[in-house]
Amino acid sequence: MTTFSADFSTRASQPPIQLEPPRLEIAQPILEVRDLNKSYGSVRALEEVSLELYPREVLGVVGESGSGKSTLLRVLNLEEQPEGGEYHLGIPPYEGRNLLQLERFERRALRVKHIGIVYQNPHLGLRMNNTSSGNVAERLVIAGERRFHALRAAARGSLEVSEFPISRMDDPPRKLSGGMQQRVQLAKAIALKPALLLLDEPTTGLDVSVQALVLDTLRRLQRDLGIAMLVVSHDLGVIRTLSDRVVVMRHGRVVESGLTDQVLEDPQHPYTQQLVHAKL
Amino acid sequence: MSRLSELTHDWQDHSYAFLDEASKRELRRKILKAIAIPGYQVPYASREVPMARGWGTGGLQVTLTLVAPHDTVKVIDQGADDSVNAANIRRFIARVAGAATTTDTLRCTLLQSRHRIPEERLLEGQILILQVPEPEPLRGVETSSAASAVLHADADYGLMWLSLYEQIVRHRRVILGASYPVMVGGRYIMAPSPIPRWDVPMLHQAAHLTILSAGREKRLYAVPPYTDVRPLEFDDVPFRIEDQGGEVCYRTGAGHKFLNELPQDDGSSRFELSDSGYGEKLLRRQAGETVEIGATYYDERGGFYHDDLLR
Amino acid sequence: MILEVQGLTKRFALHELGRTVDAFADLEFTLSAGEFLLVAGGNGVGKSTLLRTLYRTYRASSGAAFYNSHRGRIDLTRAADVDIVLLRREELGFVTQFLRPRPRVSALELVAEPLLFAGVRQEEALRRSSESLELFGLKRELWEAYPSTFSGGEQQKVNLARALIQPRRLLLLDEPTASLDATARAALRERLAALKAEGMAMIGVLHHPEDATGLLDREIRLEAPSGSDARLLEALEADYVA
Repeated sequence: MTTFSADFSTRASQPPIQLEPPRLEIAQPILEVRDLNKSYGSVRALEEVSLELYPREVLGVVGESGSGKSTLLRVLNLEEQPEGGEYHLGIPPYEGRNLLQLERFERRALRVKHIGIVYQNPHLGLRMNNTSSGNVAERLVIAGERRFHALRAAARGSLEVSEFPISRMDDPPRKLSGGMQQRVQLAKAIALKPALLLLDEPTTGLDVSVQALVLDTLRRLQRDLGIAMLVVSHDLGVIRTLSDRVVVMRHGRVVESGLTDQVLEDPQHPYTQQLVHAKL
Repeated sequence: MSRLSELTHDWQDHSYAFLDEASKRELRRKILKAIAIPGYQVPYASREVPMARGWGTGGLQVTLTLVAPHDTVKVIDQGADDSVNAANIRRFIARVAGAATTTDTLRCTLLQSRHRIPEERLLEGQILILQVPEPEPLRGVETSSAASAVLHADADYGLMWLSLYEQIVRHRRVILGASYPVMVGGRYIMAPSPIPRWDVPMLHQAAHLTILSAGREKRLYAVPPYTDVRPLEFDDVPFRIEDQGGEVCYRTGAGHKFLNELPQDDGSSRFELSDSGYGEKLLRRQAGETVEIGATYYDERGGFYHDDLLR
Repeated sequence: MILEVQGLTKRFALHELGRTVDAFADLEFTLSAGEFLLVAGGNGVGKSTLLRTLYRTYRASSGAAFYNSHRGRIDLTRAADVDIVLLRREELGFVTQFLRPRPRVSALELVAEPLLFAGVRQEEALRRSSESLELFGLKRELWEAYPSTFSGGEQQKVNLARALIQPRRLLLLDEPTASLDATARAALRERLAALKAEGMAMIGVLHHPEDATGLLDREIRLEAPSGSDARLLEALEADYVA
């Protein structure tokens, strides 16, 4: 028997059962943000956004363009200052401090040492005319490495782990394919074994087959290095492949969050249902 | 009652030492700021002097600001006191300031130089004024001066190191010759003006004050006495001075000093001291005169006078 | 007791259609260590939905499913997402008939992956992976090949070898034997028997319950509740991507 009832749909749009706070997971979140707000003129890019990321976890952030997901990523990378809220990373000596209040110098030191990022647009993340190995080495040099051979070895190691062909390590990114450029970005991002890796549409714009290979590298890296990752994408396939949990953003708000398979298979919010079915 | 004429100067067709008092005051303030923040580039107005921009107007303005009648001024160009440019600047300073001039490094109080530091060690109280064509050490790696300013502010010198890294990757060594970048006081990267690498260590923990001034670019900066000035180098690819190839000066027999190569008609080369004032004193001593010659930065066997810099 | 299910109800709300679909209502059952519970019932009664609700791929509408984890007792319908992630990593298993092969990942690596995620060393993981592939009878020459090129039967062997490589405390089986040959079915039965003997509890939806002869302890039979729509529910379940 089928039922058409306004009564049903209002009841159903609330989550069926409220979830409890974590009880089995004893680790503290590696990343925690509370009540982030950010406007551009009259546009609310972030509205009361809160989320946490646990050690070794991959959190997906999905939403259409304009949903605020890229702003969120820039705030997490300390590139953008929100109007209010808190941002904590569980890394000594930053524990307990609201990172949104860091001095410019501290912010830079934190970013270099503890946060890696891969941008959709490699021009944002790479020096296109320098060598690929140099792009990776620069991070280490900023962190204080002053031995040439150590830099060379670390750059090579990081590129290898990112499954970049070593014979091309001294080619500039401008001469590389899109997939290879993403691998250089990745090598640079993980060079210092960051606590947090941010991925901004890491495979958008790549060939489907190249995309699968890059995603595979990301999975391996996550597995072997245990880095907590936050991946922003409008591509549900990417999210499904990479993330354990997912938050869905719309108009700057988190409208739903849950296990990746649950959000994709049994979305609760009307917007998420629309989004998920759009892909089918 | 005194008369008005007793209270004022007689009319002069120019101010003392050519620059007007307001300009000199600005420069003194900027110089003080530069000394207070070693290696930091301080913008200044850069006045007109009777010389074309690019011919040492930056150095000249600093010299004219600092000079007093009791000073003794030495001016060199590539180590030589007798080049046309050095001679003209020296004569000009003497004429407008009434200061004495010399070619003897030990005797000068102000030393204006283009592209060299003398072989004899400068002492406390002496001031070295270097003419600078390009004050921005990051110019080669960052074309925007606004962006460079931010990099300096953040002490974000990854790009500079990246450029050294890539020179070694491509050429197996750092190929920078003159104007080798140095780190001043552990804070700012500085262009030491186009002195040879031979001269760069002389700035480290020096007894004298160095002021570097770029007239065309309108920026000056300074290294106060006893300040750390270290060339950028990797621990395992150390900074190297120019190898003088065991050559000696053909006129004085001096070795382990910075030499100029003089190509001969038969295709061979002769070498002579780049520092002409030092060479002149060596020759006079060899002719039997009693001449006071100062200790040099590099000794007779090429050893540098500081232990902790050159490896 | 491993699991206590009380009044478990699942109703899908389809906002775009402005309607709901009921899958099952007020389910009650318990499960002990080493027990195998068969979920029986006709098409479209929500058998797969039950398994997915327990695994938290679907959110329950009401009721509770208390699970006694090594780390403590927890209601699977209310547990925080990160707790479920933890349980899935350590205790809960789900076997379907679908394999998701990935380009440039060999059968051996794909099967070893759950162990690698659990922190098992590379050599050890690969050794156990080959044992598992051996057990399910995947031809040796295929071990280093990429499963994306395999036949349905071969893929299914890789899938089972992967899904059953680690002992689980509670295993959910959703028609794992579809498209399997007789040898592989026998192997599956053997592997499940071994795991059951070690105390693993299982809940299964089986096309051919005879595949599990001798292993089944009890069965619950699902019936379509009023307000259900077998066709729509089947369509919803079929949307599932493993």
